Amino acid sequence: MSAMNNVQVESTIIKRNPFLSILKQIKNMREMNIILIIIAVCVIMSFASPYFLTWGNIESIVMQFSTEGIVVIGMTVMLILGGIDISVGSIMCFSMVLPAKIFLAGVNPWISALAGLVACLIIGAINGFFVTKVGLHPFITTLATAGIIRGACYVLTQGSQISLYTLPDSFKYIGLGKVSGIPFIIVLFIIIVIISDFMLRKTSVLRNVFYTGSNEKAARFSGINVDKVKFWVFVLCAGLTGLAGIIFMARFGMATPNFGVGLEMTAIASAVIGGASMSGGKGTVFGSILGICLYYLISSSLILLHVNAYWQEFARGLILLIAISIDSIGEMRKSRRSYKAAA
Amino acid sequence: MSENILLEVKGIDKSFGATKALNGMSFQLLKGEVHAIVGENGAGKSTLMNIIAGIFAPDSGEIYIEGKRVEIKNPHEAEKHGIGFVHQEIALCPDVSVAENIFMSEINKNKRFTVNYKKLYDRASKILKPLANINPRKLVADLSISNQQVVEIAKALSMNCKIIIFDEPTAALSEKEAESLFKIIRELKSNGIGIIYISHRMAEVFSLCDRVTVMRDGRLIDTKNINETDSKEIVNLMVGREIGDIYPPKRDSSTCSKETIFEIREFSDGKRFQNISFDLKEGEILGLAGLVGAGRSEVAQSVCALNSKISGEVYYQGSRIDIKSPGESIKHGIVYLTEDRKSAGLFLDLSIKWNISAMKLLNVSKKGLIQNHLETNQCDTFIRELGIKCSGMNQNLSSLSGGNQQKVLLAKLLTVKPRIVFMDEPTRGIDVGAKNEIHRLIRKLANQGTGIVLISSELPEIVGMCDRVVVMHEGRLSGVVVDEEINEKKIIQLASGV
Repeated sequence: MSAMNNVQVESTIIKRNPFLSILKQIKNMREMNIILIIIAVCVIMSFASPYFLTWGNIESIVMQFSTEGIVVIGMTVMLILGGIDISVGSIMCFSMVLPAKIFLAGVNPWISALAGLVACLIIGAINGFFVTKVGLHPFITTLATAGIIRGACYVLTQGSQISLYTLPDSFKYIGLGKVSGIPFIIVLFIIIVIISDFMLRKTSVLRNVFYTGSNEKAARFSGINVDKVKFWVFVLCAGLTGLAGIIFMARFGMATPNFGVGLEMTAIASAVIGGASMSGGKGTVFGSILGICLYYLISSSLILLHVNAYWQEFARGLILLIAISIDSIGEMRKSRRSYKAAA
Repeated sequence: MSENILLEVKGIDKSFGATKALNGMSFQLLKGEVHAIVGENGAGKSTLMNIIAGIFAPDSGEIYIEGKRVEIKNPHEAEKHGIGFVHQEIALCPDVSVAENIFMSEINKNKRFTVNYKKLYDRASKILKPLANINPRKLVADLSISNQQVVEIAKALSMNCKIIIFDEPTAALSEKEAESLFKIIRELKSNGIGIIYISHRMAEVFSLCDRVTVMRDGRLIDTKNINETDSKEIVNLMVGREIGDIYPPKRDSSTCSKETIFEIREFSDGKRFQNISFDLKEGEILGLAGLVGAGRSEVAQSVCALNSKISGEVYYQGSRIDIKSPGESIKHGIVYLTEDRKSAGLFLDLSIKWNISAMKLLNVSKKGLIQNHLETNQCDTFIRELGIKCSGMNQNLSSLSGGNQQKVLLAKLLTVKPRIVFMDEPTRGIDVGAKNEIHRLIRKLANQGTGIVLISSELPEIVGMCDRVVVMHEGRLSGVVVDEEINEKKIIQLASGV
């Protein structure tokens, strides 16, 4: 028997040139496609408009997705779980409105911000509770909480915009400050991206999200506490969204109850473009950030080309459709190539 | 003789990218014969069947039906040529009635706006009557697996098939249900229908079929008349090498340790089983036998906290263990190898490496951070020790064959260094060669001190592998057999409640 096993050892793993295989891996990476599209758009735009390749333009594009990008990171983990959170728009609004009201009532802005953040974590916990203990579908649960929280925003603001010009400069620094010429928002975003990408790839805790999303039953049978994983992903998603809201509050110095409408769609679409799957088990931070980068790149480009602003939403929908179609066709070709007959 | 040839394929080639699945495959099916096709996983059986059924087109080669050359471009055309397929995994719509499933393509093609349901149910009843007692109005999801299979057969018959392909039909059937299936097949045969029967079970092939074709590596190895050969020869042709004793040697009951290392007492869940108690001695493989539905998997799952229980105690080496969650069970070293590897055992869209690490990330991580070199080493070790055939540890699990997937599942369980393993149908749907390897691995584990409870519905496997056998019947203990009493007859008696 051991002789039989030895014979198989030679043929079990095909040796590959390591350098070539790394190159091949990069080529096959989902992200490569998006990077190529981004580069293509940049090249086209640099010819189409003289303003495109200016620092001002580039900074403006990056600023736009730097804060929403934090929400996209949370949504990526949610999609890897195989779940969905369509309450992020409302949560982000709430994390501007609640701290604003608390601050205007005389509380220190930092404590107000913290309170807002904690409130968002609690909302995430509520979402998580209904999904795990009550057994509701994430879509329905977050649809419901979206309404509840958005309603709360309107109640708190009575429908009008709250102005926060009394915010101290130290707090406003979050949204308006610069670190050796680069906006703090962008620096903060880069730090968050690096940390979350690392954690998603390396920590055991987040690896369990992949297992749960890929096959919940198999995860359970492997000893993973599936309920716990789901619960904390909902908390994480809401928490990251809350953080984004605080940053927006510091940047715009105001809070309005209709902020963030449509955020969930942008977040989900960005993550899907970046390689996350609605059915779970797949996704990367880097890919999702590329997704939202592409979105804002196209939006800004359309503006530079003097295209009517109303075409924005049309363009976003079109990009999403094209990107996932390209991906889907690629997947079909890949699965036929690696087909192995199993009787 | 040539008028009798119902179906003939000549020189069929089929490649998927770099993999050549079929290489000049040729084969003939006669009218009114049951023709078995056997071969290891990867031999090309499914690919050949899929080509005949119109799911793929061959790269080259010819197909003749009743002497006429045909091109089967899609399943629709296959249907028109009278080819029916009863799949291994039931291909019916579960939320739709039996009659609608049977006549689905007819309803589709019908230009009329409405469906005459009364007529539909009547016609369905007529077709079902000689096969089994099934109500055509019932939803397919409410039927037992064997009845679902009958519906698939009825579907093939409703299209007046001349050729019916059965793919591993008895994999999910009990002995009794398999017998009814054989009766149906024999009747179909007597009506002149040609039947292609794909199976890994030699006993069935030899009792049911007239001829057998052996495939290996996409080629025809040989076609033989059943009465001119035996299972040993066929297995050797399939594998291409001599397979010695089919099962590894059991432990010597006179010299081995009689020490009890594991015991369960009075396990009941109030629904599927009651008062189940048995013990496991050091180094032994304990069989848990019974008919499908006897409650064996449920007992094992309850012990490992994957299912609820209303009473029951677990003892390991004399001391009581309280298991409140699957995680705790794994921590105590008591693990369950699921019979359903695809839906409950493996992460099909993740890599081999990730699959193996899933049960104990602690093995490959330091302070909560997964260390790539540790994970790679662990995976590498198991790929070598279990002989997992793959093109690399980052390969997606879905592209491995059934036998190799099962090995990955076993590897996953072994990462926790289990003390007791409940193996539920560990060789289901796996070819003879891989089966043999897994059997040897199981015996090796037992010899090394891991307690093994082997749940299997395949009697030869129970008889060949187990040192003692506990038999269950409808949720209760029916008996325990040892030594000479471990034979198929005795076990079936106990399993049937006799």
